[in-house]
Amino acid sequence: MSDVFTPPTRRALLTMIGKAGGAAALYQAMTVLAHAADSQFTGPPRLSGARPGSTVLVLGAGLAGMLAAYELTKAGYKVQILEFQGRAGGRNYTVRGGDTITEIGSKQQVTFAQGNYLNPGPWRIPYHHRTVLHYCKELGVQLEPFLQINHNALIHNRKAFGGKPQPYRELMVDWKGHVSELLGKSLNAGALDTAVTAEDKTRLLEAMREWGVLDKNMQYTKSFKLGEQRGWERVPGGGVNGAPIPNDPFSLTETINSGVWQTLGFFAEHVMQTTMFQPKGGMDHIGKAFQARVAKMIRFNTRVTKIAQDDKGVTAAWTDTKTGATGETHADWMVCTIPAPVLNQIDFQASAQKKAAIRALPYGNSVKIGLEMKRRFWETDHAIYGGISFTDQAISLISYPSAGCFTDGPAVLLGAYPFGAGAYMLAGMTPEKRIQAALDQGSVFHPAEYKAEFLSGASVAWNRMPWILGCCANWTEESRAAHYQNLVAMEGRIVLAGEHCSYYGCWQEGALLSSIDAITRLHQRAMAA
Amino acid sequence: MTPALPPPDPVEPKEYAMTRKPHFAALALAGMALVTCATQATPGFAQDRPGPGGSTVEVSNQGQEVYEQICQACHMADAKGGGEPGAMIPALAGNKNLADKDYPIIVVMKGRGGMPWFNGVLTKEQIAAVITYVRGHFNAYPDPVTVADIDRVVAADPPVPECNTCGH
Ligand SMILES: Cc1cc2nc3c(=O)[nH]c(=O)nc-3n(C[C@H](O)[C@H](O)[C@H](O)COP(=O)(O)OP(=O)(O)OC[C@H]3O[C@@H](n4cnc5c(N)ncnc54)[C@H](O)[C@@H]3O)c2cc1C
Repeated sequence: MSDVFTPPTRRALLTMIGKAGGAAALYQAMTVLAHAADSQFTGPPRLSGARPGSTVLVLGAGLAGMLAAYELTKAGYKVQILEFQGRAGGRNYTVRGGDTITEIGSKQQVTFAQGNYLNPGPWRIPYHHRTVLHYCKELGVQLEPFLQINHNALIHNRKAFGGKPQPYRELMVDWKGHVSELLGKSLNAGALDTAVTAEDKTRLLEAMREWGVLDKNMQYTKSFKLGEQRGWERVPGGGVNGAPIPNDPFSLTETINSGVWQTLGFFAEHVMQTTMFQPKGGMDHIGKAFQARVAKMIRFNTRVTKIAQDDKGVTAAWTDTKTGATGETHADWMVCTIPAPVLNQIDFQASAQKKAAIRALPYGNSVKIGLEMKRRFWETDHAIYGGISFTDQAISLISYPSAGCFTDGPAVLLGAYPFGAGAYMLAGMTPEKRIQAALDQGSVFHPAEYKAEFLSGASVAWNRMPWILGCCANWTEESRAAHYQNLVAMEGRIVLAGEHCSYYGCWQEGALLSSIDAITRLHQRAMAA
Repeated sequence: MTPALPPPDPVEPKEYAMTRKPHFAALALAGMALVTCATQATPGFAQDRPGPGGSTVEVSNQGQEVYEQICQACHMADAKGGGEPGAMIPALAGNKNLADKDYPIIVVMKGRGGMPWFNGVLTKEQIAAVITYVRGHFNAYPDPVTVADIDRVVAADPPVPECNTCGH
């Protein structure tokens, strides 16, 4: 018996609101209670009471498809999944030693040492992706911090410092200092007197001096105080030479040329803010955990070729990619998570609007390259533990492993992760040439060690993955307005789900949120039918 | 009893209204020299992506090099495409659709199916050069495509051809 005189806890209250008003009311209430404003996740869907014997066919065993199968089974449906590949997880993918990477036009054998891996797709999970984090917990996936920001990692721009990379820490502090000095000058020259009150002006000047670490003349110059932020010519020590020696800040022009403000802006985005997580041992542990719950339902190596429905049920025709055999699978309902570049080539019995929506959805491209090095020279020789060094070359960045700091033996660096032009350039190369390019370009950061310590490499070009032909859906404001609702609308017995059916493009969170929404609507319709 | 709460406001958050949209005519006419990543046009929440960097690398102005740096990523070095039926990258070699030069211009400028648009990623000069190269080198259509051709097609603003197997 609950005690009627005790006021309900916030959680109990939310449960009550959820029962009375459904997910939308719950979300609204949670937002009002300042609890969940950073996520649309209101808990797992908790569907129940499916009509006995009713069946659902799920196309695609990525995260969206497997979540659908997992939750619909709990609700009482009999579920089957058809999956193109011989592997579950879709873009939730990790490659390790012994794996074969199959692209259109090439095959690579991965030779990484035991325990080493590359996450070619998803690699980080922000703290507010509550759906992903919820299922990790529910399914027993162990998470560890992903080291997102490293002040001692480097920024390289061919147009700055004669092409010499500089630490993020120094550039970031100099950017702040120069901007503060300039704002101080404008304020003191009266240039902003119509924009700020006299009181704010005084406080701003004080703020600029403190925040920008300016001297008493409001100049950004070298000082002990500045050394405490940007580092030293000689760091503080003990004994005779204990006194630190500050160093000179970079010039305004060089600081601008480095483009450091872009990095600051990047890390300021909500989805890039810390705390960031990754599954221990590889991102595919999420897919594997879902797979453990739905394994019996998956038919692998099954490429769907045709999708049809009538008022009695749905049909998917398929080809077995191993045997060439063809077949058809029937069910009462369907959740289709096939990515748009493939779905738009399938004979799909759908409305003209739905087809137009699928056709209007191009996918971007991306390439990731893993480079296994004999030792963690970035840690031992450069005190860089995790994080990202950025460059304006095609590889775009290199990223140091977040896990296994201080261990001996080989470790895998992310040697490239570009979008846009850089991604096309690397994707168009043979796997061997990609590795060569990644070594050449990445050497700019660690010239003494990069090539000398290299053991082996592996790459994934997403546009050449035969089951997706791209990286993630590229929506625009216009295509969203014209097509998004048509894409996600349940049509008869079929509903689409996946990353492309969300406003969280290119995040696992989007795939899962979309799937929860899709199966909730499917269940409602099935119960009403 | 809990009072009924109103449903969440369906109005889109204001950032959607403010983000840049890659409008066909506007961007093409701007003749952008800077190579930007098509995905940066995505409104709303930012995708997982590398951040500043590789999407600003410079692409060649020479047709064959544009092909090698950009197009061959998907259409392959021999321009024969690949994949399995129902999940194909179209061939550009021996492709009859390229006989009409407006066809590749529309597809490159606007994208089609899984292929993104390249206006804003490549300049009009680069697009003209690479279409000339693909039509002449992998097909027998030697007449060059010019920036004027692109301007003409952009001005007419025709719809993207609707066929599923245009490339095969
Ligand atoms: C480079 C890159 C970086 C990313 N970084 C992050 C990140 O850091 N954090 C994050 O959370 N997310 C990230 N993402 C996004 C994340 O990977 C996706 O949002 C999510 O995994 C998509 O899941 P899905 O189920 O919608 O699609 P998918 O995982 O693509 O699943 C679709 C499934 O359908 C199958 N299929 C295709 N065609 C057919 C057919 N004809 N018949 C049968 N089955 C078919 C496919 O084989 C696949 O298994 C990244 C993605 C990429 C590519």
